[in-house]
Amino acid sequence: MHIVVCIKQVPDSAQIRVHPVTNTIMRQGVPTIINPYDLFALEEALRLRDAMGGEVTVLTMGPPTAADSLRKALAFGADRAVLLTDRYFAGSDTLATSYALSMALTKIASEFGKPEIIFTGKQTIDGDTAQVGPGIAKRLDYNQLTYISRIVETDVAKGEITVERRAEGGIQLLKTKMPALITMLEATNEMRRGAIETALKAARAEVVTWNAEAVGIEDLTKCGLRGSPTIVKRVFAPEARSEKAQLVEVDGDAGAKAEALIAEIFGRAPAVEDDMREFAATHH
Amino acid sequence: MIEEKFDAIVVGAGPSGNAAAYTMAKEGLNVLQIERGEYSGSKNVQGAILYADALEKIIPNFREEAPLERHVIEQRMWSMDDKSHTGMHYRSDDFNEEKPNRYTILRAQFDKWFSSKVREAGAVLLCETTVTELVKDTQGNVIGVRTDRGNEPILANVVILAEGVNGLVGQRSGLRSEIKPDTVALAVKEMHFLPRETVEARFNLKGNEGVVIEAMGTITKGMTGTGFLYTNEESISVGIGCIVSDMSESGVTPYDLLEAFKEHPSIKPLLEGSECKEYAAHLIPEGGYKAIPQLVGDGWIVVGDAGQFVNAVHREGSNLAMTTGRIAADTVVWLTRRKEEMSKANFLEYEKRLEQTFVMKDLKKYKGIPALLHSNKQNFFGLYPKLISGALQTWFRVDGVDKVSKEKEIFQSFRRSRTLLGMMGDAFKLVRAWR
Ligand SMILES: Cc1cc2nc3c(=O)[nH]c(=O)nc-3n(C[C@H](O)[C@H](O)[C@H](O)COP(=O)(O)OP(=O)(O)OC[C@H]3O[C@@H](n4cnc5c(N)ncnc54)[C@H](O)[C@@H]3O)c2cc1C
Repeated sequence: MHIVVCIKQVPDSAQIRVHPVTNTIMRQGVPTIINPYDLFALEEALRLRDAMGGEVTVLTMGPPTAADSLRKALAFGADRAVLLTDRYFAGSDTLATSYALSMALTKIASEFGKPEIIFTGKQTIDGDTAQVGPGIAKRLDYNQLTYISRIVETDVAKGEITVERRAEGGIQLLKTKMPALITMLEATNEMRRGAIETALKAARAEVVTWNAEAVGIEDLTKCGLRGSPTIVKRVFAPEARSEKAQLVEVDGDAGAKAEALIAEIFGRAPAVEDDMREFAATHH
Repeated sequence: MIEEKFDAIVVGAGPSGNAAAYTMAKEGLNVLQIERGEYSGSKNVQGAILYADALEKIIPNFREEAPLERHVIEQRMWSMDDKSHTGMHYRSDDFNEEKPNRYTILRAQFDKWFSSKVREAGAVLLCETTVTELVKDTQGNVIGVRTDRGNEPILANVVILAEGVNGLVGQRSGLRSEIKPDTVALAVKEMHFLPRETVEARFNLKGNEGVVIEAMGTITKGMTGTGFLYTNEESISVGIGCIVSDMSESGVTPYDLLEAFKEHPSIKPLLEGSECKEYAAHLIPEGGYKAIPQLVGDGWIVVGDAGQFVNAVHREGSNLAMTTGRIAADTVVWLTRRKEEMSKANFLEYEKRLEQTFVMKDLKKYKGIPALLHSNKQNFFGLYPKLISGALQTWFRVDGVDKVSKEKEIFQSFRRSRTLLGMMGDAFKLVRAWR
């Protein structure tokens, strides 16, 4: 089975700083990591491969330095790494990104075999859109399984995959035909530590590097800033809340405590009291 | 089982490990370098001075590519009491030479760059991998390492231990003893960001000129240690360090020391309006010549901080690290070419070559200093700075008192606090240790 995992190199959000004067995000000097959600996807892919045989290819679109993230993925145990990099891709939104990646995936299919499963993380920590996975699925006509918490079964003979999907209010058990694209939820597994042999192999591995032309992109207006209808108008840090939490201490039973709490809330926000009274009056 | 046997394994990717790995790889040896951090430099404390000479001997054209901050044109040496500093400043336009002599750098960026050169030279680098122990054959010769990635050994003709001050691998493998708390300093450092123009205006700099301040005195509260401040391109590194055993005796935390140092009226205005972005603590080996452990054995060599190669008096470390790394590598290349064994006897060549460099000459010259300063710390780091400051204040303050009386007062202030004999003794010992 051939599995492709799409990963993204992102700034380590724990170490991101907001410029005190301009309020812009300072990306310079911030260490990069593999998008944490993608690691769950990668580990799941490696487990499937270990259980059923086959290969795992990791794919990323990004600047040349994104090769670091690919090397890391190789050290975890991926078999092959592909870097899609071109200055024409700079400034891509989710539409342009899913286009470029789907072109690369098509090339991967023809060079290394058609992937039965494509994995992505649930979303990235720097964009938070969760749109790229579904975008790829749509473009490549793969069945789409989002927010997956567990892979229950893969039946290669029948070409079927059964998964658990976390949804509001419960867990759905879903079965679909492969090829399928899965976006993996967080905390679904724990990333392994690659053995020394794997790490050594990874340290020497060549990263397959393709540009727009190499993956057959002719229409550059579909790429990068030009191919991105989404416009970020402004980036700003939300103002910190100045109010502190307050402990309301009252002797007495639960009723008395609730009374005191309500009085405190109404005292601070009279509008809430008015609304509540109106609500009570109209909904009796 | 890993079949491949490397010519050399280098443990650590700091300046000493990078120098060693680069030198050997460039000469065509099959080198594996193992670093526990995410990348070379990720575990290092930011902000430092790079001494060009040592790097030039390894990568002659480094100035064209290495991430350098400012070249140092001015050195300020300060003796401080609680409210004042007495300074000796040396600034020269000669330092604005075509190939400057000293630079301020940010270690994380610099080490990363150096590491990229190591890989270009052909060494294999494994990051996020910790060497747990050395592998020995039945005769006790070191033949490889084990890592935290499983029990499988990786073999090599020689293991170069460039693992930094703690030397845990060497310790665990019984090659050396634990470092002693009175031969190692704990330094804390912060990076303070300021606009480029502010740094330049505050220190009278233009372009990439830089200033270094080194300070001693009551800032270390009677403990053996020094404070420092370096100008970077758009930031200032400020820090302070003291001998570990002094700290545990006094109970003063390094953090408190740094806070007080930053609040000192001579330092505070230099940092005003800056934003602190990073805080880090690290050990510095300061035992000098007498603290150097066994450096070579059958199948292993120690370089850099792991060998206590730091000149604490001049705050030089990375240059000794690079030089020892380079010379160890040269020795290994030389032996490999001659098809000689990587034995203790043959590695004596490394020690012999080191003796001829500034590394051993300087450490020998100052071998008495660490112990002297440590045993007289109350005087060197408390009393004398206070006396000097008091004397100068008396001398410069114009208050109707005549100069002869002022001279007397100054002389007596010295006599009152320390016997003449004691003071002369200290001076004598210092001169002797310095020679
Ligand atoms: C606050 C401070 C300021 C300093 N300022 C200066 C200065 O201005 N100029 C100067 O020249 N020197 C300075 N020094 C000293 C200088 O930093 C050191 O001398 C130099 O870094 C030593 O290099 P090294 O390669 O021997 O060790 P290190 O730089 O400590 O590198 C050791 C490397 O080995 C890795 N490692 C350790 N154990 C293992 C293991 N078991 N497996 C795998 N990897 C391992 C570590 O992660 C690390 O990357 C300063 C030191 C400090 C603490």
